[in-house]
Amino acid sequence: MQPANEAELSEAVRLAVGPLVLRGGGTRGIGRAVGAVLQTSGLTGIELYEPGALTLVARAGTPLAEVEAVLAAERQRLAFEVPDLRGLLGREGASTVGGVVAANASGPRRVQVGACRDALLGVRFVDGTGAVIKNGGRVMKNVTGYDLVKLLAGSNGALGVLSEVSFRVQAQPEAVVTLSAETDAPQGLADLRRALGSPFDVSGAAYMSGKAMLRLEGMAGSVRYRAGQLRALLGGGWQEDAAADWRQVRDVTPFAGRAGAVWRLVVKPSEAGRIAAGLPGEAIFDWGGGLIWLLTQDPALDVRAAVAGAGHATLIRALPGMQGVPVFPPEPPGVAALTAGLRAKFDPRGIFNAGGAA
Amino acid sequence: MQMPIASARVLDRKAEIVARLLTVLPADAVIFDPAETRAYECDALSAYACAPMVAVLPRSTAEVAAVLRICHQEGVPVVPRGSGTSLAGGALPTADCVILGVARMNAVLETDYDNRFIRVQSGRTNLSVTGAVEADGFFYAPDPSSQLACAIAGNVAMNSGGAHCLKYGVTTNNLLGVTLVQMDGTAVEVGGPWMEAGGIDLLGVICGSEGQLGVVTEATLRILPKPEGARPVLVGFDSNEVAGACVSDIIKAGILPVAIEFMDRPCIRATEAFAKAGYPDCEALLIIEVEGSPAEIDEQLARIKAIAMAHNPVEFREAQDEDQAKRIWLGRKSAFGAMGQINDYMCLDGTIPVSSLPYVLRRIGEMSAEFGLDVGNVFHAGDGNMHPLILYNANKPGDLELCEAFGAEILKLCVEVGGCLTGEHGVGIEKRDLMGVQYSAVDLEAQMQVKDVFDPKWLLNPAKVFPLDATAVRRAG
Repeated sequence: MQPANEAELSEAVRLAVGPLVLRGGGTRGIGRAVGAVLQTSGLTGIELYEPGALTLVARAGTPLAEVEAVLAAERQRLAFEVPDLRGLLGREGASTVGGVVAANASGPRRVQVGACRDALLGVRFVDGTGAVIKNGGRVMKNVTGYDLVKLLAGSNGALGVLSEVSFRVQAQPEAVVTLSAETDAPQGLADLRRALGSPFDVSGAAYMSGKAMLRLEGMAGSVRYRAGQLRALLGGGWQEDAAADWRQVRDVTPFAGRAGAVWRLVVKPSEAGRIAAGLPGEAIFDWGGGLIWLLTQDPALDVRAAVAGAGHATLIRALPGMQGVPVFPPEPPGVAALTAGLRAKFDPRGIFNAGGAA
Repeated sequence: MQMPIASARVLDRKAEIVARLLTVLPADAVIFDPAETRAYECDALSAYACAPMVAVLPRSTAEVAAVLRICHQEGVPVVPRGSGTSLAGGALPTADCVILGVARMNAVLETDYDNRFIRVQSGRTNLSVTGAVEADGFFYAPDPSSQLACAIAGNVAMNSGGAHCLKYGVTTNNLLGVTLVQMDGTAVEVGGPWMEAGGIDLLGVICGSEGQLGVVTEATLRILPKPEGARPVLVGFDSNEVAGACVSDIIKAGILPVAIEFMDRPCIRATEAFAKAGYPDCEALLIIEVEGSPAEIDEQLARIKAIAMAHNPVEFREAQDEDQAKRIWLGRKSAFGAMGQINDYMCLDGTIPVSSLPYVLRRIGEMSAEFGLDVGNVFHAGDGNMHPLILYNANKPGDLELCEAFGAEILKLCVEVGGCLTGEHGVGIEKRDLMGVQYSAVDLEAQMQVKDVFDPKWLLNPAKVFPLDATAVRRAG
């Protein structure tokens, strides 16, 4: 099913007789949902873009690439740096803005500007009964009623099908500098946390392939100044690194095309080194250690026991033999009851991404 | 403004309810003498007041849970209260309710600079969160103007903003986790000291739910390293249009000041008469503040100056030192007090797309003449969050109602141009009956069903946020 507008989308949901698998461009969805595919890629078009107000509103099926191109023409961008996981997940196709929101897809700049959910100003969506619901709007400050915008961001289609999203956007910086240091993981991660605890406004803090990286963005003079201050603060081998490629971190490129299970761990940053050291495999650290991408060849590795009390883990890509491992982190009973209650209200027939998704 | 009629069934059982509460709280934490409950009769929307049946002041999550279990069993409405600084009536009691005040829960539970968070009990005041970490070079970013008094519990309930949220975001962008006690006494931990809570974003919907989903007893907050310095400039214009265009050009140029404040002529004149900050007598005034090292500040201000000069300001004033910086902020910070010297006032906080600013200000001016009430505008210009201050005389019969009618028209105008009813104060009772202007019945139903999940009996702060007729069946249980 590929509705062409919101009314058709609502109709498709209302008339559905069995489970639906919700899909934007099919580039980043995880989970094991089964059912008829309901694709939003027919709902396209940027409805409003005001560069002077940093606001963009687009229908959910609008290709991410189109939005990025329109923003780039005004030297603006989506601040939260959307990961492109096609290589990692072995997918093709064009990512849509609705899919980005449903996954709350957020890259390295999260340490500075927050996640997709923090840039999301409003949504329109269709719930499991076919009702069209709007929440939020197109202004930066809005506390009118409950914030269903946040509920929908990262809900992986569990509560509704997005039909429209509005974002706060950001100006592209005039200068970008990356500092890096070849060092071991414990030292590198400690340096990243020190940098994030400094006033020098770091916009990326990652550790990958034996190298710690820090990114600074802004006006040219300011970036130069902060780079100097950080090098003085951290000492050691920190150098400007003109070859640094943050897309490698954002897209988890080193794990693309390689066999193994991939886990995504969100943890207390100071625990990152300890947790990763206890898990056989390769790790890429983003968000100053707050995010760990783990590649492991062991389908029985108990990753969730390793993060207990310090965060949670999502299975991004499974190995054969992992069918029994939940994709999304199991929730404590109180939270699980609330989540189940919300799903039952927004999707009373249980048709959205049933059988394994969020 | 209407509130539900107090339940005779509840009021008749006051003695038994008090006795039960005294089994779980010390005697000094249960206030039921009508002479003393009056202290809780209103919040900062003082036009409305109603003493609660009982007020309780628990000291721990366990005590909060015990109180809520009793109230749940007894079918008693509970109104959570932080410091009572809500401008929207968020903490306004009903005569049959228990006010649950978190003021005695003000401890810092954990400070962690390595992971940049602080965990506090929710009764702690906003400013004292920063106070707990500033000696070590950190701060808590959301800074509502009541920050000296307001509690984190209220900040979370209302998703509070502040003058500096253009850069740092509002409460929801700085909240990592909460301990939430539901109406039936169940305590849940949502989120924690990591960057995303995982699963469906319950934290996101709890923040801003105006105390209707549960009582937040503890909060994990993101803290940030303090910038090296900050400096404001003042720019005066002889037209609102030009001031608005200047704001838009600054933002388009990619400069992100921490604050862009706007004042219109009535407000400038009132504050000059009151605070004598030396502001120019002009149509529109901007205060723009940037942060960083001295050299970084110079770099940003040079850029801002170039943009402002292209719009022919009547004045461009740079602060040369700390004292001059304070004088630039003095008038803005005294604006509410200055308006209060003239008369009683009502402060609204509708948000508009920045591009609609000149039109909205012109319409407010026209309506001011129609209603015969003066209005001054202060405004977070960077994010479109208006603060019209409507002057009225509380002692003059009918003036409050006239003021409210005028306010409602302004808020409808905000929605009409693509904005919203409230940008940072919340709905409370103040905008409750206007919710239908912004949201359809279906939109509101979707929000109300969230409350159905968290508080099926609709006992927590039940008469707020949604129009009373829309919630009548649910509140009746």
